[in-house]
Formats: sequence, structure tokens, C-alpha cells
Amino acid sequence: MKAGDLLGEAWRAMTLNRLRAALTMLGIVIGVGAVVLMLAIGKGAEYTVNRSIAALGSNLLIILPGATTSGGLRSGTGSAPTLTAADAVAVGRLNAVEDAAPVYPGTAQLVYGPSNWSTRISGVTPNYFSIRNWSLASGHLFSTNDVRAASRVAILGQTVARNLFGAANPIGKSIRIMNNPFRVIGLLHAKGQSLTGRDQDDIAYVPITTAQTKLFGTPFPGTVRYIMVQGVSAGQMKEAEQEITRLLRQRHHLRKDAEADFSVRNLTAMAQAAARATQAVSFMLGAIASISLLVGGIGIMNIMLVSVTERTREIGIRMAVGAKRRDILLQFLLEALILCIVGGVAGIALGIGGAWLASAAAGMVVVVTSSAIALAFLFAAAIGVFFGYYPAHKAALLKPVEALRYE
Amino acid sequence: MSITPLIRIAHLHKHYGTGGEQRLAVLHDISLTIEQGEFVAIMGPSGSGKSTFLNILGCLDTPSQGDYYLDGREVAGLDGNALARIRNQRIGFVFQGFNLLKRVTTINNIALPLLYAGMGKVARRRRALDLLGPLGLEAHAERTPSQLSGGQQQRVAIARALSTQPALILADEPTGNLDTRTGGEIMEIFKALNQQGITLILVTHEADIARHAKRLVRFVDGRIVYDGVVEP
Repeated sequence: MKAGDLLGEAWRAMTLNRLRAALTMLGIVIGVGAVVLMLAIGKGAEYTVNRSIAALGSNLLIILPGATTSGGLRSGTGSAPTLTAADAVAVGRLNAVEDAAPVYPGTAQLVYGPSNWSTRISGVTPNYFSIRNWSLASGHLFSTNDVRAASRVAILGQTVARNLFGAANPIGKSIRIMNNPFRVIGLLHAKGQSLTGRDQDDIAYVPITTAQTKLFGTPFPGTVRYIMVQGVSAGQMKEAEQEITRLLRQRHHLRKDAEADFSVRNLTAMAQAAARATQAVSFMLGAIASISLLVGGIGIMNIMLVSVTERTREIGIRMAVGAKRRDILLQFLLEALILCIVGGVAGIALGIGGAWLASAAAGMVVVVTSSAIALAFLFAAAIGVFFGYYPAHKAALLKPVEALRYE
Repeated sequence: MSITPLIRIAHLHKHYGTGGEQRLAVLHDISLTIEQGEFVAIMGPSGSGKSTFLNILGCLDTPSQGDYYLDGREVAGLDGNALARIRNQRIGFVFQGFNLLKRVTTINNIALPLLYAGMGKVARRRRALDLLGPLGLEAHAERTPSQLSGGQQQRVAIARALSTQPALILADEPTGNLDTRTGGEIMEIFKALNQQGITLILVTHEADIARHAKRLVRFVDGRIVYDGVVEP
């Protein structure tokens, strides 16, 4: 028997019972649709997290000052004024460290003409932006000279610029921060939300010296709030941590048994933990969707078994006129496979439609990948073969004389 | 002509069950030879084993013991695929209940054996169309069995049996579901086919039908009790 004829016979048998075929297919349609949609949502979540990690910058460590104790009352980590810009420079020279930038943040009101906006203002050095993997959309960075001279220049995040200037170009404009005039020299690219959901673009940057001396005065001149460190590579993060600890203990003249007055944290590791959690959730979603596909497959097996019983006489007739067992087996197997493949294609369309809806209506980040589509399709076909084989085998094993006698 | 008989059966037994008291013997020590071009009627009361015998002749069932040579070739030891090929190429079946595929057109029912013979679609259709004319079915090519009368359905079944040009046609009570006049028409078709050289074996319990044959074999309790000319 020719392959094309086999396909024709299987197709014809299905079209004879359209409603049943459609209902059986529905199980596969929903199953495949769910797999495609869940994978798209999972991939979307992974994409969001990965983008956040990339926005954070790679191989990042943060050095925070230790806690202060005054009158027996201990403040939290970061309260002690123990870190200096000189510490940052020294850390930047370590072998396992690519670069280090001191940060001195505060909060202030920004005013431009009639508009004003309260935001975080960070005093940084120019290398901060490369560590954070953050580039300018327009304008230019401040220079080390600006840092030395404590110039009144500012670089704005997208959110700040939008709130102060609307659609107008902020470069070269003069704004006031705590009654000091500042010239806007740069506008950063949008970075979006951080892993914790904070708007990373709602910020302005000024030279660290400007923040220390002109905006947020401190009784401990020269100290910084924290130091951002970029390691040389992901594999050397532990080494970088050890080198930093050794160096700073030495610089801070700490005795061997003394508690450190700073702490080093691996930001990238934290982000990667978040990414792993997302991947686990994404895998779970896919697994749950696969169960519905499996249920659809069982539905196919059930209907195929009913179909074989109902069509016993037809099988007998086919055998009497010369159908081999293989012909019968392949016909029923192909019927199951067609149900799964047609259902699979419809399910893929449903999944893509659902993903589009989730993104358009619910604003979710969804990523439909061709590999997810291929996976869902192959899974559906495998379900067809797996759950179609037993009924088909049962049909093929019928004895011609008994099948013909079946009422 | 070949001197090999078309069918040679020797000491054939058929029983169900494994043995002992449960063993149910249906055919007992049957020996029979049928030559090319014969027209044999098999008669006997129900339960006499005549239908089982026909099923074994048609390779739909296998004997428990004994030899069956078709065209001089031993059939008893063949596997399922070889038997399917014999049913397809050498034998045509006509059943009491017509056994056409429902919701399948006349043309496609006739062409069904050709499908399993591996013939192409166009050739199948041409062959099936050729068979319509002699059986008076030209007007019914695209109809399904439910749109046809009993006699028309049986003619479609005969056309299907003829499609692969078999040497042997086996008919199991082919007129059992038809009225006398239509049954007579079907028998005329069988006689015409026999005149063209096709060997016919027909199971019936009606003496009127058996009278059309040239040779009569009578079964009682799984044994042949008469084998000879048709009684007048």
C-alpha cells in the first residue's frame, strides 16, 4: 500500500466523524497551547531577569561600611563612616578587581523653571558608569577634572529628565539642586526596573566631591557611603572578595581578632540566584502545561480504542480484501498522529495568540521562541505515536474471521 | 491448462479449544479437490462447518491440522502477510451481509483491494470504472451503500471481488439477504462469471440457489456426506 493512500484513508476516516475528531483534538490543542504559552511566559521572566542582571553590570561586588556603636546602641550595616574614596582607588588596583568606584548618595529636590522633582542623587566618579555597564543617550560624562574641582555638573536618568524637561533636550540646561545651579551635561540610556522593582532611571549623578562638599555635607569629610567593585571575571569573584577584605583590614589598621568595619557583598551572585529561581518557576510552568498535554494524549488513546472497537467490522473487511496487519496498524497510528499534529499546529497558534494577549492586555513580558514551538510540536507528535500505538496495535492483531463476524 | 488442481485439501481438521472435553471439533478429516473453472455449491444445516470451511478456503482462518494447497502451494504454514497477499490477489469474497465500507462511494469500495495491492490512484479508478458497466452500476459510481438497494450493494461487492482479477471467488450465502428475484439476478451474474473461467465456491442452504452450480458438496457435523453432481 502506498504511503499517500495510507494518509488518505486515515484522513478520510477522521473526516467521517468530525465532531469527535475535533473534541479529541481539543485536548491536544489546549495542551500544546498551554505549553507554548507557559514557555513564553517563563522565557519572558528569564529575559526580564537577565536584562536586569545585564543592567546591573557584570561581576559586581559592593563594599559597605560596618556598623557604628554609640552609647551601646548599634546602628545597622553601612552607618559607620569608614570607607573613603582613597579606599576605592586602592581596591581598584587589586589583581582580581577590574575597577572600583566610590558612591556618595543622597536625596534632593531638582528644579528646572516651573518644574521640580525629588529624586536620588549619587555622587560618583566617571568610572562608575562603565562598572554599571551604563552608557549615555546624549551629552558626555563628567571628567576626573570635574571630580577634582567639584564642578556643578549633573547627568540625569531618563525618568528625571522626563519629569523636568518633558520631551525637550536637557543637555546644556541649567537646573537647581538645593539652590545650587547645575549644568546638565549628560542623559543616560533607560535601564528599566531593578530586580527589586525600583525604577533605576529615577536618579541623577554628580561628581562625588560635589555631593560630599556642596550637597550632602558630612561631619566625616572624605568618606563615602559604599564602593562599587567590578571583578575581573566571574570565576575570580571569591578571590576578589578575599583580596578586598585583606587590603581594607590593612588600610583600616584592624587587628587580627577585630571585627571588620566593612562588609563585601556579591551583587551578581544575588542576581544569579534570582535568575535560577525564575528558571525553576519557568520549568514548573512548562511541566504543569505538559501534564495537560499528557491528559490530551490519554483522551486520544481513549477515543482511538473506542474507534477500533466500533470499526472492528471495517477492519475485518479491509483484511478480507488484502490489508496486511501493517496497513491496519499504520492507518490507526496515522489517525492518532494526524489528530495530534493538526491539534498541535492549532495549539501553537493558540499559544502564540495567548502570549500576544498576555503581553498586549496584561503587559507581561513574553518571549515565544522557535525552540519552544518545535518542542511543543515534537511533544505533540510523540504523544500521538505513544498513545496511538496501543489502539493501532490492538486493531492490527484482530483475526480477520473474528473481525468480520463482529456485530 | 495446468494439471495442478486449484484447490487440494487433504485430511483437514479444525477445532477450537486446546483439547480434552472442551475441544470443539468443527471440521473433521476433510479431503477435497476443486479444479480450475468449477462451480461448487456447499450445503448443509447450520453448524455443519460449511462457513468455517469457506473461511479456511479464503485464508481468513487457518486449519488446525491437515494440508491445503492453493495453486499447488501449501497455504497452511504461511504467515499473516502472505495470507493477506493471497486474499488480495487470488481470492474474491462475496458475503451475505455485503460487507461494504459504509459512507464510502461505490467506486472506492470496488477499488479497496487495489489500494492494498499498491495500485496508483488513477489506475484504481479506471479499473473500478471498467467493472461498473457489466454489473449495471454506472449510475451509482459516487453513491454510498446506504443509497443503494440490497441487490445493487451485492453487485458492488461482486465488483470488488473481481477488482484484482482473482482465480477464485468465494460466496457465503450471497443471496441470503435478498429477495428471490434479486437473488436470481445475482446467481445469473455468478453463472456468467463461471463461464468466463472463474472458479466459484458458494455456501448456501437454499436448494434453489445450489441448483445453479455444477457440483454439490454437502456437510453434516463437520464431515462431507455428499460430493457429486447437483441433484435435480
